[in-house]
Amino acid sequence: MRFRNGILAALAATVLAFSQGADAKTFKWAFQGDAQSLDPHGLNETFSLGYLGNVYEGLTAYSANLELIPALAESWETTSPTTWVFKLRQGVKFHNGNDFTADDVIFSWKRTLTEGSDQKVRGALIKSITKVDDHTIRVETPGPIPTLARELVWLYIMDKEWAETNNAVEAESPKEADTSGKFASLNANGTGPFMIVERQPDVKSVFKRFNNYWKDIKSNVDEVIFTPISQDATRVAALLSGELDLAYPIPVQDWDRLTKADGVSPLTGPEARTIFLGMDQDRDELLSSNIKGKNPFKDLRVRQAFAHALNLDAIKEKIMRGAATPSGLMVAPQINGHNPALNQPYAYDPAKSKRLLAEAGYPDGFELTMDCPNNRYVNDERICQAVVGMLAKVGVKVDLLAQPKSKYFAKVLAQNDYDTSFYLLGWTPGSIDSHNVLQNLLVCRNKETKAGQFNLGGYCNPKVDELSSQIGGETDPDKRQELIDAAFQIHKDDVGHLPIHQQPLSWGVRDGVTVAQRADNVLDFRNVVLP
Amino acid sequence: MTVGAHLVDGVRRFRDSDVYYSFKRSPVTMVAAVVTAIFLISALFAPWLAPHQPFDPATVELLDAFTPPVWEAGGDPRFLLGTDDQGRDMLSTIMYGARISLGVGFAAVAFAMVIGVSLGLVSGYLGGAIDAVIMRVADIQLSFPAILIALLIDGVARSLLPRDMHGEVAIYVLVFAIGISGWVQYARTVRGSTMVEKNKEYVQAAHVMGIPPMLIMLRHVLPNVMGPVLVIGTIHLAVAIITEATLSFLGVGVPPTSPSLGTLIRVGNDFLFSGEWWITIFPGAALALLVLAVNLLGDWLRDALNPKLR
Repeated sequence: MRFRNGILAALAATVLAFSQGADAKTFKWAFQGDAQSLDPHGLNETFSLGYLGNVYEGLTAYSANLELIPALAESWETTSPTTWVFKLRQGVKFHNGNDFTADDVIFSWKRTLTEGSDQKVRGALIKSITKVDDHTIRVETPGPIPTLARELVWLYIMDKEWAETNNAVEAESPKEADTSGKFASLNANGTGPFMIVERQPDVKSVFKRFNNYWKDIKSNVDEVIFTPISQDATRVAALLSGELDLAYPIPVQDWDRLTKADGVSPLTGPEARTIFLGMDQDRDELLSSNIKGKNPFKDLRVRQAFAHALNLDAIKEKIMRGAATPSGLMVAPQINGHNPALNQPYAYDPAKSKRLLAEAGYPDGFELTMDCPNNRYVNDERICQAVVGMLAKVGVKVDLLAQPKSKYFAKVLAQNDYDTSFYLLGWTPGSIDSHNVLQNLLVCRNKETKAGQFNLGGYCNPKVDELSSQIGGETDPDKRQELIDAAFQIHKDDVGHLPIHQQPLSWGVRDGVTVAQRADNVLDFRNVVLP
Repeated sequence: MTVGAHLVDGVRRFRDSDVYYSFKRSPVTMVAAVVTAIFLISALFAPWLAPHQPFDPATVELLDAFTPPVWEAGGDPRFLLGTDDQGRDMLSTIMYGARISLGVGFAAVAFAMVIGVSLGLVSGYLGGAIDAVIMRVADIQLSFPAILIALLIDGVARSLLPRDMHGEVAIYVLVFAIGISGWVQYARTVRGSTMVEKNKEYVQAAHVMGIPPMLIMLRHVLPNVMGPVLVIGTIHLAVAIITEATLSFLGVGVPPTSPSLGTLIRVGNDFLFSGEWWITIFPGAALALLVLAVNLLGDWLRDALNPKLR
């Protein structure tokens, strides 16, 4: 009898050991590229910031529905239009065990204004931060900025002591990280619910649950394994074979297949991102063009010609398989300030386009190069190829340079002096408000105020600048909408950029896995629940 | 004799030869020759023969994208084998693709042949330390798969060259990489034959007459060791085409702006799951057919030139 009990005990122990093993829940997911760097201030790109949002946190955060919720700040109030007082959360620990205090916030803000930072536009929203006590700060803004709390979602807080010890007090742009491998680009120490325990850029990242996280979260995940898979077909196959719990983006042509397959389903919705083309209107001569001594894009007629050469409906039907919304505005319908009345795209009219080119003095068109990412947006390279074809029909010969986003961003962004003449980019305003688009993409580039940092083509109309600063301080919603409409109308008449469409959110999820699909296409591990 | 008479004489001599005799007796070889000829002609004259100009963006219409082959529902008689994701005619892209594939293949074989034959001649004729060094290098290289060496060279070239130049030099890098990865077989074969030839009387005689070694190698030895080299060259052509396709399929070969068959297969692969099978199956079938035909020709040539099998 005792012997049998012994066996039973052993069996029970084995079962227990196994069930404990099974309890450690691992969530595996794939995206088409990797986060460029672990430096939270190195690149202002939604995917990288979303990925890092599981490790780092800002003072505020977004819920699954993009509602603003408190994060490292418990509460905040505005004591004057330009003064904000934030109460910081007590008892929050960084992954290395350090306490989170006001000094870390001030340090992180200053870090966003250093040379390698891609977050200068956000950093410049703040004039000064005064430490009231260890867990209270007073923030002064250069003017009234009603959307400040929303912008701070993406200004992640770093541990001051950790950064100082490891010689990482300056933001590291991914361009430099490519070659020299600085500390903060390769290591992370935030306050978020997950720690990065292993990282091989472009191969694999492993996250482990941080047990001292300050908040109770829905997720039951202990470990997260992220694999970038650039080939669409491979990513879909990995999801179908059960290797992954989640993969995105799923090519729109594969939605059907996912619906029919057992064990997985597509999860789709409209994304708040607008895909657009930009043209260099700043340089006196385009980079690598056959037109010397002048820049054709400085002529409004050339920009109009480009706008009328694009067949957005064909892109929607043939490349996006109907799953996109052609756009005439630089903001999506989900964004505060979007006005459907202005959203009519430029008409497709190649004959008019040719005429405009001829009037501008280019009856035979001209040549230029185009920069395009090939693993950032849904069907990005295919869209660019289609654009090349459409422009060829009106005589403009485009030489397409499509590259992975790591190389693409390193080439075209401010840190590399905007090395592009014609490019494709997508933008989701982090604050879900039009002012973010105006301030980042549409106003004149200004090295002092950091405005227009992502206005890669250097579109510049002082009237838009003036309206943008008025919008920034306007609190009356109706008045504000009027100003936003006015600014977008001017930009549209100027053909400052060429909006293409809003792309769909396109995820594939294993059955039984619960995730929250945010309209900004960010995957927040806090909302991931495994069966 | 006039030129015409020379030609007639040459044709007659060829028709009387053993090679032609064995060719006539092998229907498989004849089919392979016809297939290869079709590929060569359509590749060589693609700009005139192809029904469309798929790489002139001005003539491609996006709205034609994803048209299935003509015998499927929704097919369009203008596009016999259907169109790809940008509306390019598949038949034309395959013709242009074969042009790049064959071009790279021939150039790589020629490059490998020149290097391999010269090193083999030197190695076999001079012997000694030079022979030892060349053959050990060959041994080392033989221990790596050719595709690995080609990948390595391609990767190094890509990191050394500025990004803007990649598109322009991609093809030359590819030829170099595939050529370098294939020279060993030529060198070994030629070295073996050279060592045999060098002891024969005619070479000894030339040596005694005081002809410099360089000239002896080129004038006297080389013509007598070329037979096997041609056989290896034919088979290597098939290998080179496959290697190029593999590299392009992996995305490190020729750029999509001037795609080879391998690039076409890679691009089409994205649509295999979603039902547009023709975008990848047709280039794949074309590649398989081409390589099979060239391989069969190579096999036949080996047998035909082998005196023991006559």
